Amino acid sequence: MPRPVQYNTKVKMVDIPEGYSGDGFFSSTFDKIVGLGRKNSLWPIPFATSCCGIEFMATMGSHYDLGRFGAERMGFTPRQCDVLLVAGTIAKKMGPILRQVYLQMAEPRWVVAIGACASSGGIFDSYSVLQGIDQVIPVDVYVPGCPPRPEGIIDGILKLQDLVQNESLRRRHSLVYKELMEGYGIQ
Amino acid sequence: MGFMALTNEIIKQKLTEKFGDQLTEWEAQYGLLTFTAPAAMNLKVLQFLYDDEQLRFRFLTDLTAIHYPERKEEEICVVYHLHNLEDNIRLRFKIYAPAEKPDVYTATQRFSAANWMERETYDFYGVNFIGHPNLIRILNVDEMDYFPMRKEYEMEDPTRRDKDDQMFGR
Repeated sequence: MPRPVQYNTKVKMVDIPEGYSGDGFFSSTFDKIVGLGRKNSLWPIPFATSCCGIEFMATMGSHYDLGRFGAERMGFTPRQCDVLLVAGTIAKKMGPILRQVYLQMAEPRWVVAIGACASSGGIFDSYSVLQGIDQVIPVDVYVPGCPPRPEGIIDGILKLQDLVQNESLRRRHSLVYKELMEGYGIQ
Repeated sequence: MGFMALTNEIIKQKLTEKFGDQLTEWEAQYGLLTFTAPAAMNLKVLQFLYDDEQLRFRFLTDLTAIHYPERKEEEICVVYHLHNLEDNIRLRFKIYAPAEKPDVYTATQRFSAANWMERETYDFYGVNFIGHPNLIRILNVDEMDYFPMRKEYEMEDPTRRDKDDQMFGR
């Protein structure tokens, strides 16, 4: 006897952005369409150095499955990636390497600091540890926790998705953004 | 077998025969024989422990330093951990050098393993190993301009402004 077929009926679709539609056409603004596309197809690059990296691996695994949010495709070259996920303690000697990875990413690029160490140096208030990666690169989302649970990391990614979706297409050309980059010595 | 097993007493006796009362501060914590030699004699002692047919301390387990601020004129202590692999006996010997001018002869000619260990010891304590082929920092950033494990420096990162001392227990 064949088993009853169970169709997955819980597929969730993103909402159609605000716009004007009629027979065979739909019009909206570029901001909304591009934001929608970017948001739901983020390509992360993991920069995992310690225990937060283990939590991050759980986040990518089948149980928590970051792929549900369109970010299952890890890129291991910064040139193809949108989001730099920094998970773990960054020693001062690692700082220039992290910065170089960031510089190799193409715009638009975002950074998530996962965990206390990446955000602030955490418990390592020490001569050898970078006191937060925002000393060398700009950060978009900070995820607290030591280490954060996968739910926390997913929450951070969702917060980032909000940023990505609502980011103005002109932001990366704005004076404010240029000043931010110059603040970090990045041209 | 059949040969008299090597013990701490024999090691101490042989060393005393060779170097007399130049070796001091003998102790054996948890059975680990420890003594102190004058800083200028470190290579002679290492070589004797290596060459002697009965002692045969031919493996350098560890080499590091300790800062004793209260020991005036000999603040920096360099420690050698040696291992006789055939009799499975370990030994520890220390030399002291002034923090002002911590010059110590390198052990790299005898033990290749001393190369990185001495670099690490230089990196953290500033011990100047005379004759070392490449005495540069190994773990810390190259720009660092002090020796962080010396006790005159604070543990915390001094560049940080936003950490409240009260909140962070500094």
